[in-house]
Amino acid sequence: MVQVDNLGRILEEHPFAEGLEPALKELMIGCAANERFEAGQFLFREGGDAKKFYLVRSGVVAVEVHAPGRQALTVETVDDGGVLGWSWLVAPHKWTFDARAQTLVRALSFDTTCLMRKMDSDPILGYQVLKRFVPVMAHRLHAARMQMFDLYGPGKKG
Amino acid sequence: MNVAMQQLADPMDIRPFRIEKIRKELADTFTMELVPEGGGSFAFKPGQFNMLYTFGAGEVPISISGDPADPSKLVHTIRRVGAITQAIGNLSEGMAVGVRGPFGTPWPVEEAFGSDLVILAGGLGLAPLRPAIYMALANRHRFGKVVLLYGSRSPAEILFPKELEKWRGRFDTKVRVTVDRAEPGWGGHVGVVTKLVTGAGFDPMHTVAFVCGPEIMMRYGIQALEQAGIDSSSIYVSMERNMKCGIGLCGHCQWGAPFVCKDGPVFRFDEVADAFKVREL
Ligand SMILES: Cc1cc2nc3c(=O)[nH]c(=O)nc-3n(C[C@H](O)[C@H](O)[C@H](O)COP(=O)(O)OP(=O)(O)OC[C@H]3O[C@@H](n4cnc5c(N)ncnc54)[C@H](O)[C@@H]3O)c2cc1C
Ligand code: FES
Repeated sequence: MVQVDNLGRILEEHPFAEGLEPALKELMIGCAANERFEAGQFLFREGGDAKKFYLVRSGVVAVEVHAPGRQALTVETVDDGGVLGWSWLVAPHKWTFDARAQTLVRALSFDTTCLMRKMDSDPILGYQVLKRFVPVMAHRLHAARMQMFDLYGPGKKG
Repeated sequence: MNVAMQQLADPMDIRPFRIEKIRKELADTFTMELVPEGGGSFAFKPGQFNMLYTFGAGEVPISISGDPADPSKLVHTIRRVGAITQAIGNLSEGMAVGVRGPFGTPWPVEEAFGSDLVILAGGLGLAPLRPAIYMALANRHRFGKVVLLYGSRSPAEILFPKELEKWRGRFDTKVRVTVDRAEPGWGGHVGVVTKLVTGAGFDPMHTVAFVCGPEIMMRYGIQALEQAGIDSSSIYVSMERNMKCGIGLCGHCQWGAPFVCKDGPVFRFDEVADAFKVREL
């Protein structure tokens, strides 16, 4: 019970929970765990089953792409207040990037098999969770497009 | 030539300056410190530019990137992109370069006193903003929050990294730097510069923003500032267009109705928003 209360408090502090009704938070907390990653540790690896997502409480997570024979490339960092991982929402539910702790990271993780079951039986919860993931996905898509443009050059003042 | 005489000079007169120091900034970018041949000083306002002339090649507009509080030297940061900037880049310390200026409208630093100040720069766009940063930090007590957001393609392409580090070390200034992509070893942010706007901690109702960088970066940067609640009349941008005379005579730099050389390069965004959206102006 104490554990659940603590998780509730932690969730409360994260921007993801803003405007979420207490009953829905409680449903989410039933699928949550408090996790800690040392700098350098992987949260997940490309190709692995995407059965979680993370609400980053503190620290920096680097989202990396690996290509054979080349150094890893960080394409995004997610830090305090950020949401990491939406592959659990999209079939075939595999991670498409590596995520590595760049510093000590504290995060709330959610077991998405558990959460998805609750979302299926409680459409309000389902809607509220998806509503919070759509902007995360839209921002990522927008960012990817901007990176494709190569914002800083070779145009003017690049 | 003293400061007073400088104001009286014919704007078409080219004055010889000696290159005192050249510093390599990036693979294709360098900074030159110039002093007037025969002594004197060079007063300017942050955001203004000079026409730099090199004998046998021609003349190009280049923003001043030095400290307006130190008129003893004139500082320019230049990227080699074509014939003239290459020719300037091939000059050595002790050689001469011709200068006309200063021209153009400044960043309204003093008008922003009393507000929060957000400076949003991308790539080489940090150079024309540096004089405004110097001036803002020299008058730090006159602002609310001061936030500097800077984006570059990769860690190796960050302009003025030592100064960014120094400014970041101040307790009264928030400096956030991001790159589009990075290899292992980079411990900072990765992601587009617009992402830095969220959570930057300014009060949008009382904020003035200065934006400078490649046009596409400015477009998205302004969108992010507006989404954060800053009114377009409180956002200033610096524009680049090809120039010849630099003083509103030839029409070369016309951008819609305004001439970038005399009505700009610094514009209040709401006054140019329409032209900004038009392609190929
Ligand atoms: C108000 C103002 C302030 C400026 N401040 C600076 C500054 O502080 N530092 C600086 O390095 N440049 C600055 N510029 C840009 C600079 O004037 C141009 O890079 C220069 O005129 C190019 O001349 P060039 O003969 O070397 O190249 P050109 O032969 O004219 O052009 C060579 C190639 O470079 C491209 N090019 C032209 N202009 C630019 C540009 N602005 N950026 C990138 N590519 C370009 C051309 O499309 C062409 O492909 C400023 C421009 C203006 C209008
Ligand atoms: S450069 Fe001649 S009018 Fe602006």
